[in-house]
Amino acid sequence: MRRCAALLAATITALGTAPAAAAPEVVVYSARNEQLIKPLFDAYTSKTGVGVRFITDKEGPLLARLQAEGANTPADVLVTVDAGNLWQAGEVGVLAAIDSPVLRANIPAQLRDPGDRWFGLSVRARPLVYSTDRVRAADLVSYEDLADPKWKGRLCLRTSKKVYNQSLVAMMLARLGEAETARVVGGWVTNLATEPFANDNQVMEAIDAGKCDVGIVNTYYFGRLAKERPGLKVAIAWPNQASSGVHVNVSGAGVTRHAKHPDEARQLLEWLSSAEAQGLFASLNLEYPANPAIAPDPAVAAWGSFKADPAHVADAGRLQAAAVMLMDRAGYR
Amino acid sequence: MSRPPAALGPGRVEVRPCSRQPRATGLLRLGALLLGAATAVPLLVLFSAWASPETEVWRHLATTVLPGILRNTGALLLGVGVGTLALGCGLAWLTARCDFPGRRWLDWALMLPLALPAYVLAFVMHGLFDATGPLQRLLSQVPGLTMISFEARGTGWVIAVLTLAFYPYVYLLARAAFLGIGRGTLEAARLLGLGPWGTFFRVVLPTARPAIVAGVALALMETLADFGAVSVFNYDTFTTAIYKAWFGLFNLPAAAQLASLLLLIVALALLGERRLRGGARFHETARGAPPPRIALAGWRGGLAATLAGLVVALGFVLPMVQLVGWVAASHGAGLDQRYWPLLAHTLALGASAAVVTVAAALLIGLARRQLRDRPSRIAAELSALGYALPGSVLAVGVMMSFAGIDNALDTLWRLAGGNSLGPVLGGSMAALLLAYLIRFLAVANGPVGSALERLRPSVVEAARTLGARGLDLARRIYLPLLRPGLLTATLLVLVEVMKEMPATLLLRPFGWDTLAVRIFEFTSEGEWQRAALPAVTLVLAGVGPVIWLARRSAATRGST
Repeated sequence: MRRCAALLAATITALGTAPAAAAPEVVVYSARNEQLIKPLFDAYTSKTGVGVRFITDKEGPLLARLQAEGANTPADVLVTVDAGNLWQAGEVGVLAAIDSPVLRANIPAQLRDPGDRWFGLSVRARPLVYSTDRVRAADLVSYEDLADPKWKGRLCLRTSKKVYNQSLVAMMLARLGEAETARVVGGWVTNLATEPFANDNQVMEAIDAGKCDVGIVNTYYFGRLAKERPGLKVAIAWPNQASSGVHVNVSGAGVTRHAKHPDEARQLLEWLSSAEAQGLFASLNLEYPANPAIAPDPAVAAWGSFKADPAHVADAGRLQAAAVMLMDRAGYR
Repeated sequence: MSRPPAALGPGRVEVRPCSRQPRATGLLRLGALLLGAATAVPLLVLFSAWASPETEVWRHLATTVLPGILRNTGALLLGVGVGTLALGCGLAWLTARCDFPGRRWLDWALMLPLALPAYVLAFVMHGLFDATGPLQRLLSQVPGLTMISFEARGTGWVIAVLTLAFYPYVYLLARAAFLGIGRGTLEAARLLGLGPWGTFFRVVLPTARPAIVAGVALALMETLADFGAVSVFNYDTFTTAIYKAWFGLFNLPAAAQLASLLLLIVALALLGERRLRGGARFHETARGAPPPRIALAGWRGGLAATLAGLVVALGFVLPMVQLVGWVAASHGAGLDQRYWPLLAHTLALGASAAVVTVAAALLIGLARRQLRDRPSRIAAELSALGYALPGSVLAVGVMMSFAGIDNALDTLWRLAGGNSLGPVLGGSMAALLLAYLIRFLAVANGPVGSALERLRPSVVEAARTLGARGLDLARRIYLPLLRPGLLTATLLVLVEVMKEMPATLLLRPFGWDTLAVRIFEFTSEGEWQRAALPAVTLVLAGVGPVIWLARRSAATRGST
């Protein structure tokens, strides 16, 4: 009991000693994991002397926190994964427009908010993966083609509750319209070899184990698993090369509307979009740099180059709710 | 132990002590009301979401996913309820009242799964047993067995994993209750012609009912609140619908409405059970010598040992072997100097929250015992609801409450001519501790409440007659007699808080990362192997308190 009391006392002391805000700093709410973001913050601090305080959580709770805190928020920057979440943050008004020629020059137009409230900082592609034993790469045409009866009982998918699939279907909605998207998603469900999985790794494991022949995953999951298991009988195929291009998404950031250090926040984002930071930002998670002037990590480049969907990633957010409802109606769990 | 008719219950007539102590009663009432308000506000925030009707979302959910979700949730509740009841009570009876080979260490080892977060257990079990896992890969090498292939998913697997994760609540509480049954009661049953099974079902179980119900209620509320474990299996429950509305449809009000509905159902269930139980009260009357253990010899002893051993192996040993294997495979990567603060923060938060929460549970227990009025009893009952809420939803309720207070303070401050005040409560330790308090009060209420129930009012009366008052009474009567119960509650909350993830994530002050936070960082992008190190550390940090808990609750029999 005495030890508990001592711990409690220590806790209360810690409470009272909030760090004095003397040195310049930026406060970040991040939905991108610590191990993917902290090395960059550390590099920024050692270069500029500007400290970065941050807290990580899922996008939903962080966004709710920003909204609830309103003008009182300590956060200067919101970092999140998936364009849908960035779009939603812009939509509910917690982000301010950033007037930065540097960011506009570094980040292509389709990877940033038309209103300049958020900017993509890395690109993740969501191509097809297939069994090298049972499928010829040439047979893999497009996302839409996976609805074809020839894939009956051969398709594995991750759950529709993951935002990556919600964005994929939202972009299809923007491209193909409601009826055609519903037909494709319905076809996927019919073709499933087994119930949808909880994550991308399980999809690739199932293909490797012979449960199914083809699936859809983000490239960095493939990169990780392939590194871990050199004998993996799964490979990447780039779909829609003759049509709309591979579905891509971004992780990105914006400056909050009520930032206490807006200039420092903007400078941090500018640095993150620069040649100096982009390589590290992307390669920490085997992603592609958002800044087209920067080449991807050699391990990533080895998967080959591809045509990416040039549509604006903001559509993923605008149509996310519609996509979720469509997948629910199709019985895609 | 006896079960006096309600009308003659000693509590009814004997105890009117507080009428002689108006000041203490007033303080108690004030404390209970303040606590009630503090726990109620974040929950009321959820109910306030009904102000904006979200008919479109509701119609969509009702016509698509809701029927399946309700079916799944019902199946889980039934399965986990029956599973934890059978496993918890059966094992508790074996270790508390029988003797068989290995009983001494199984007695406490059966508590160990409590140290393992359910989401970790779920992931490891799925990984081990699924079609792509090592077990089936191994089997497929054996000639003749190549055809065997199954998926470790679906209702049965989810029930099995949740039962393994949550049965220790029933085990702990039932075991203490079984140990508390005196020799006299059992001998009376024998004399009246009941065999061992008859005694168990007709005397032991009814006597231990409050403890068992409390344990099963904890297990069921954990099941309702769980998101981490079910999502490993991509199994849709009511929680899934809440998060679908929030994250998928960007509709937090609809999510809050769903969550408040969940709360309402749990509240009704709890109140209903209380009503069914009626006015029965349980005070320990005579302790006497402990009854002799039933010796299980031969194959029966072997069967008991095998069963209990299997539960420990599946619920603790196997997952730990897998986790340690992953840590070894990564050569302990991630074990840098930033690692130790994680452990320190985990322990500090757990300990602080445990002290605060148990103090609150004691206050509630005392208010219910002394005041005996309807409001304080209802407040006590409702204060436990937070346990059934998915963690993120509760965390958002707490966060919104504090942000609201902060914004009001800020406005006042500006009106008074000041600059921006910034967040005072939001992002503070107070907010986090309140969230833990609301979430885990139900866990502390059980042991504290039953310790209070077993404290005979006549003891307090006697002390009072002898001149003991106020603090003296607390120090010399209440604290020593309640100590085992308070300690049990403290350790339970400590272990629970260390495992807690969503509220810690959202409400922790800057820099207060814990082991659970680190697990989240890795698992949210599927890097389970890198999460193994913090997971193992978390389990090891929890094992000490759990073993201590098991051993001392056996030593001070019947007091927890």
